[in-house]
Amino acid sequence: METEHMVHNANQIALYFGAYPREQAVADVADHLKKFWERRMLQQLFAYVEHGGAGLHDLVLEAVKRLAAAQPATK
Amino acid sequence: MALIQETDYGTPARVAETMVTLEVDGKPVTVPAGTSLMRAAVEAGIPVPKLCATDSVEAFGSCRLCLVEVEGRRGTPASCTTPAEPGMKVRTQSPKLARMRRGMMELYISDHPLDCLTCSANGNCELQDMAGVVGLREVRYGYDGANHLQPGKDTSNPYFSFEPSKCIVCSRCVRACEEVQGTFALTIEGRGFASKVSAGGTDFLHSECVSCGACVQACPTATLIEKSVTEKGQGDRSVITTCAYCGVGCSFKAELRGNEVVRMVPYKDGKANHGHSCVKGRFAWGYATHKDRILKPMIRAKITDPWREVSWEEAITYAAGEFKRIQAKYGRDSIGGITSSRCTDEETYLVQKMVRAAFGNNNVDTCARVCHSPTGYGLKSTFGTSAGTQDFDSVDAADVIMVIGANPTDAHPVFASHMKRRLREGARLIVVDPRRIDLVKTAHVNADYHLPLRPGTNVAVINAMAHVVVTEGLVNEQFVKERCDPAAFEQWRKFIAEERNSPEAVEAVTGVPAADLRAAARLYASGGNGAIYYGLGVTEHSQGSTMVIGMANLAMATGNLGKRGVGVNPLRGQNNVQGSCDMGSFPHEFSGYRHVSDDAVRQSFEKAWQVPLQGEPGLRISNMLDAACDGTFKGLYVQGEDIVQSDPNTKHVAAGLASMECVVVQDLFLNETASYAHVFLPGSSFLEKDGTFINAERRIGMVRKAIPPMAGYEDWQITMMLSEALGYPMKYQHPSEIMDEIARLTPTFAGVTYEKLERLGSVQWPCNEKAPEGTPVMHIGGFVRGKGRFMITEFIPTDERTTDRFPLILTTGRILSQYNVGAQTRRTGNMVWHHEDVLEIHPWDAENRGINEGDLVSLTSRAGEITLPARVSERMQPGVVYTTFHHAMTGANVVTTEFSDWATSCPEYKVTAVQVQLAKKMSEWQEQYRETRRITTQILSQTGAD
Repeated sequence: METEHMVHNANQIALYFGAYPREQAVADVADHLKKFWERRMLQQLFAYVEHGGAGLHDLVLEAVKRLAAAQPATK
Repeated sequence: MALIQETDYGTPARVAETMVTLEVDGKPVTVPAGTSLMRAAVEAGIPVPKLCATDSVEAFGSCRLCLVEVEGRRGTPASCTTPAEPGMKVRTQSPKLARMRRGMMELYISDHPLDCLTCSANGNCELQDMAGVVGLREVRYGYDGANHLQPGKDTSNPYFSFEPSKCIVCSRCVRACEEVQGTFALTIEGRGFASKVSAGGTDFLHSECVSCGACVQACPTATLIEKSVTEKGQGDRSVITTCAYCGVGCSFKAELRGNEVVRMVPYKDGKANHGHSCVKGRFAWGYATHKDRILKPMIRAKITDPWREVSWEEAITYAAGEFKRIQAKYGRDSIGGITSSRCTDEETYLVQKMVRAAFGNNNVDTCARVCHSPTGYGLKSTFGTSAGTQDFDSVDAADVIMVIGANPTDAHPVFASHMKRRLREGARLIVVDPRRIDLVKTAHVNADYHLPLRPGTNVAVINAMAHVVVTEGLVNEQFVKERCDPAAFEQWRKFIAEERNSPEAVEAVTGVPAADLRAAARLYASGGNGAIYYGLGVTEHSQGSTMVIGMANLAMATGNLGKRGVGVNPLRGQNNVQGSCDMGSFPHEFSGYRHVSDDAVRQSFEKAWQVPLQGEPGLRISNMLDAACDGTFKGLYVQGEDIVQSDPNTKHVAAGLASMECVVVQDLFLNETASYAHVFLPGSSFLEKDGTFINAERRIGMVRKAIPPMAGYEDWQITMMLSEALGYPMKYQHPSEIMDEIARLTPTFAGVTYEKLERLGSVQWPCNEKAPEGTPVMHIGGFVRGKGRFMITEFIPTDERTTDRFPLILTTGRILSQYNVGAQTRRTGNMVWHHEDVLEIHPWDAENRGINEGDLVSLTSRAGEITLPARVSERMQPGVVYTTFHHAMTGANVVTTEFSDWATSCPEYKVTAVQVQLAKKMSEWQEQYRETRRITTQILSQTGAD
């Protein structure tokens, strides 16, 4: 997936859940990514975050950190 | 099965709490109050002669054949117009009645052509039947006087003819057009002897007629008759089946002579359509035997090679070998499959089973991705199940109908007729749509409010409606308290009550006058039963899922759920799009919408399928194409879909497919996707297979094989062959065995069997121990998820913005006579109504660009450019243009972009920033694509094929 496209898609998810309190929003973004993003897409997102994650919504950055911590095997 | 002749009760059934018992010819019969004597007699097994009465329309009382005698009453009342009363003693036969009936028939026959032996309706003509029934032996008046026997026939309609000389002016056709279809295209012109049926003073083709067939169905003679019957003769057997067009799922009788379909007649016992039909299901079935059908398997090494016809064995072996080679080289996740919403549940189930069990991954998706996937997400999140809440008949109890982003008269015409009937009875109507769709103002229907919002502002509008409900004290507090999660509701109430969500605050963004929006919200909340019906104008947005959630919030807040007449009702696009979703076609869930990561669920499938399964979601269609462009996805099995034409950003779709090493297309025709395929497996039409479809009201209807599969196999059998060649054999002997497995593994289908479907005609899921005969209305007494969940729906404008370069918004959709990518309807007589896609543009926008009606114009977005003719139309609002995607060579989706719904990746077809200008020739893409098609559809001669 083109990086710009991936960033846009991930940010769209964050914008929806951003209406909720932060803790819940981070959990919901992480849950959504885990439920609906295929392994290759998650790996691409994880790798992008590792390289700084430019342009990503902070909820996505936080959610990815949690997912990466919980699922080291997928990195 | 022999030809099925349904009983005509003469007048419509009545529903009443009070029952009435009477005697007909000495036989007691009990009927609901309000039932006609004619119907009561038929229910007692005593047919009464009739000509102007039929049970699809209200009684008219003009033919005088159905006269009866009632003990203790004077005269001979017409049984069709006389209601049954308690204790009545009715006599249908007497010398006096016989004499009167013969007299009437003499008059009819004295002005009717005596060409019975050569008439198309010979043997199936009510006039002929009645002449026999009343014992007519002579016509004393002769045939020489003034009459209506002048020759002449209107053959302008592609499917039926109108021969006035055979007309008895019973008005059944006129009344069917009014009462059944609701179009009011026909009338009786003139008075007395000069009275005649007229299509508004013109021929049928150029009239308001929508060719639904209701008039043909109602006609008791050969005046209105199918051309196919005239050409082929009448059928000698019937097969009851389900239509393969839209998500209404009409039941039809396929009438055949041998293995040739003569006509399709809507089936009165069909619970979705009650004997009605539209132009597509009724008449546009000729594609099934069109000369373009591909009947031999074909393969080729490169997409620029000509196709080579081969045996089934060679094609299947080649496809399986390629998939295995690709997986060996690129990994298990490098291939996937797409299930079809045009195929049966059983076929869809097998494709996803093959992907998960034989491919060994979850890379399976379906065309619902690009239409109603937000419905699944939104309704599951709020209510707990991914489907609409009501049955179609529920609309009969609706007091306020709100149609959002749907155009039912074009896309779901049979349900639209049902809805219009309810509107004529007095239900109120709110239409939320950028276009002034027909429903806003049509014969005897006027919307109370039309909210012509700007495309992309649905969520702002629904939020504003909810704001009115919350701030004006219109919340159904008791319903919310009893049925919904209180914390989620309070969170939502606080959000929605914020001033920024008020109609006045969003007016500048939505373009909807605040006063109208407030009034519409009040009407929906307080006008009695409020029912929401919606379509792709809701889902195909970057906030599609948010909008579905917003509608669910509004329905919960007003208590419009869990009973008849209310609900949140998606009007599903394709015939089996509900079923394809139910069957586990999405990459993240098994049948019955259960996530692949659920260990217990996954283990149940592993145990049944005897193979380990992945517990992580696979790729969606758009992700497959992205991965193909990235070089990690190399093989695709596509059953009965045409993603090159239907999916957004055609260039990207084509680039993804062109990057793959093996694309297998299984279809009736060499569709656009087949241009990028290496293996073509000839599929079977709905007439050639057994199985089930599930319509928009969750109704599981039987599809029955009327003729043998033309290419030798039903689609489920082809999938089985491919799976076996891949090393995962499936051994079903009949689709009923597949349904048995679905029932074993899917709680919402646990009670479904073919035996039950045969017995009941159809059932609506959930069908299980709790609801053995199905569930017409969901969420009665409680939501599937327990407490209804309000969710916050912040309005977030799409990133697809108009600019100086692209100042207009394009929204795409469909029309009555064509269906989806047009692969079927373009190969029928329907082309007479819509032979090309056109661009609808408001006169103001057209004038600014010097565009006149019919001019060739270019339509350009950041994704691409096409050209097409302009249609200047005030249905559009200034700044918004519209086109359809029915014609491949137009390529509407060259222009649409990759923006999509945040939750489901459903494309944002309804909002594309574009420019429109006069053009002199077709676009570069169109020129190139013509050449691509010329090269990629070549077929070598048939050597070597079986």
